Amino acid sequence: MKEVKVYERPKSWMPDVFSHYCPGCGHGIAHRLVCEVIDELGIQEKTIGVAPVGCAALMYNYMDIDFCEAAHGRAPATATGLKRVRPDRVVFTYQGDGDLASIGMAEIVHAANRNENITVVFINNAIYGMTGGQMAPTTLIGQKATTCPLGRDAKVNGYPLRVCELLSSLASPGFISRVTVAQPKYIIKTKQAIKKAFQNQIDGKGFSLVEVLSSCPTNWGLRPVEAFDWTLSSMMPYYPLGVFKDFE
Amino acid sequence: MTRVLMKGTEAIAEAAIQAGCKYFFGYPITPQNEIPEYMSAHLPEIGGQFVQAESEVAAINMVLGGGATGFRVMTTSSSPGISLMSEGITYIAGSEIPAVVVNVMRGGPGLGSILPSQADYLQATKGGGNGDYNTIVLAPSTLQEAVDLTQLAFDLSQKYRTLTMVLADGFMGQMMEAVEIHPHHPEGLPDITTWGLGFMPERGGKRSHLKSLYLSPEELEEHNKNLQKKYAIIRENERRCETVMVEDADVIISAYGTTARIARSAMTNLRSRGYKVGMIRPITVWPYPYSAFDAIPKTLKGILVVEMNCGQMIDDVKIATKCAYPVSFYGRSGGMSPSVKEIEDACLKIIG
Repeated sequence: MKEVKVYERPKSWMPDVFSHYCPGCGHGIAHRLVCEVIDELGIQEKTIGVAPVGCAALMYNYMDIDFCEAAHGRAPATATGLKRVRPDRVVFTYQGDGDLASIGMAEIVHAANRNENITVVFINNAIYGMTGGQMAPTTLIGQKATTCPLGRDAKVNGYPLRVCELLSSLASPGFISRVTVAQPKYIIKTKQAIKKAFQNQIDGKGFSLVEVLSSCPTNWGLRPVEAFDWTLSSMMPYYPLGVFKDFE
Repeated sequence: MTRVLMKGTEAIAEAAIQAGCKYFFGYPITPQNEIPEYMSAHLPEIGGQFVQAESEVAAINMVLGGGATGFRVMTTSSSPGISLMSEGITYIAGSEIPAVVVNVMRGGPGLGSILPSQADYLQATKGGGNGDYNTIVLAPSTLQEAVDLTQLAFDLSQKYRTLTMVLADGFMGQMMEAVEIHPHHPEGLPDITTWGLGFMPERGGKRSHLKSLYLSPEELEEHNKNLQKKYAIIRENERRCETVMVEDADVIISAYGTTARIARSAMTNLRSRGYKVGMIRPITVWPYPYSAFDAIPKTLKGILVVEMNCGQMIDDVKIATKCAYPVSFYGRSGGMSPSVKEIEDACLKIIG
């Protein structure tokens, strides 16, 4: 019987390492998709990642590419420095919602507004994961978090930020897309969006951001399967999937 | 290049370009705006990049990313802007990334004023950001020295993979003086391809990652010990100081930057009147040239520290002299500067 290989680790995934992510967390899927895209585009040796502060701060342990740490929220500025000095390299940031949409709002808006030729993978799980489940700028109205124990109240905490919609309002060109890793059919589309976001940079088009609706079963207090169900049932209605802006 | 009359800020900018700095990231703040203006006009001409960042916070993190490639990058700012950069400065120190930062100091605290000051001495030499780190800090006192030290700052930052700061003040930024600026491309500096991001092919597929995060306490302690070893080598090799007529002195003035320039006039005047006054002028304020004070004569009546602040270098002078001599202070702050006469009077008070 002929053997058909149906699974192998991406070449750009560090050999023999296991991630620290909780069971059911979307980071593992998103990391793998980034690695698959890097492999398929043949850019492993010319890609520079910029790691955020948050659960993905240690992502450089899992990818066999050059990596730079960024301070909390500053990844787009750090990526700007890298890309301006090495325009021949492929530079991406990978940031969570607290990192990108709260403390790093200035950096992401201005990188987008400069049409900085970088790729941003933005993981939105509506909570601060690493610090233990505090309210994020993307926490939904009514959603409980350790700093809004009765649920987010718009009168007290304001409204959850829609990053794709906000960045799409800029006059600058760009590729802005929202996807999710909550179901296999969406994962395929997520990979396509990430690949396009990297290809745009290689083609010199400019700023590309892919927002990935993800999960945090640990801090949401849900089982892994329930967590992705909640992504679909609660997050997707407020954060609709789609392409918000494109270069064409 | 022959001597040309240049404004301090523009001389610093041109010196950086002549030292091979092609990448500048900055945010406007008085009194150093001519540096980003000069860079924005000249860097594109030589295939470089100028980015006006959205804030000093972003500017220093662009410097972090640019410096992570190993190429020569810089930013310049003034006091409140440097406070905002302190986060990036400690990350750069922890990640061992070479970078050059110029602080054209203005009055503080807070928004303070836009006039010259030296009130960031402690911030520059003792920290500013969090954690156990130091940066090399060079304090020029003439515009020619500002040119030379700016170029040296790039060499030192690459030699030690450390942030090097040029600590100037608003006078040096705004005054004009004749300077010579030469192309500066020294040999023998470490190979950036062994660690710089973007050189994975040159390393034969071996990746590099630059970070300050060490979650294991054993690893972080080891990292800190390695940083301290590096700082010890810098302390040993890079102390710079000018000493003038200290051998027979009754009074020694210790000052740096523009204040040292004013103090030099006071010293010369008093010498011509027969008073034995000398000067110790630190050029590196970190590492501090403590051993320069070993040459003090036993008969010395006192040391006068003169600064444009409320007395920030006194502690270093007391450490250097092991409190064996009376140390007094004369300073002006808030954008005021000590006059030659005021310094002369303070010296005469010590002589008695």
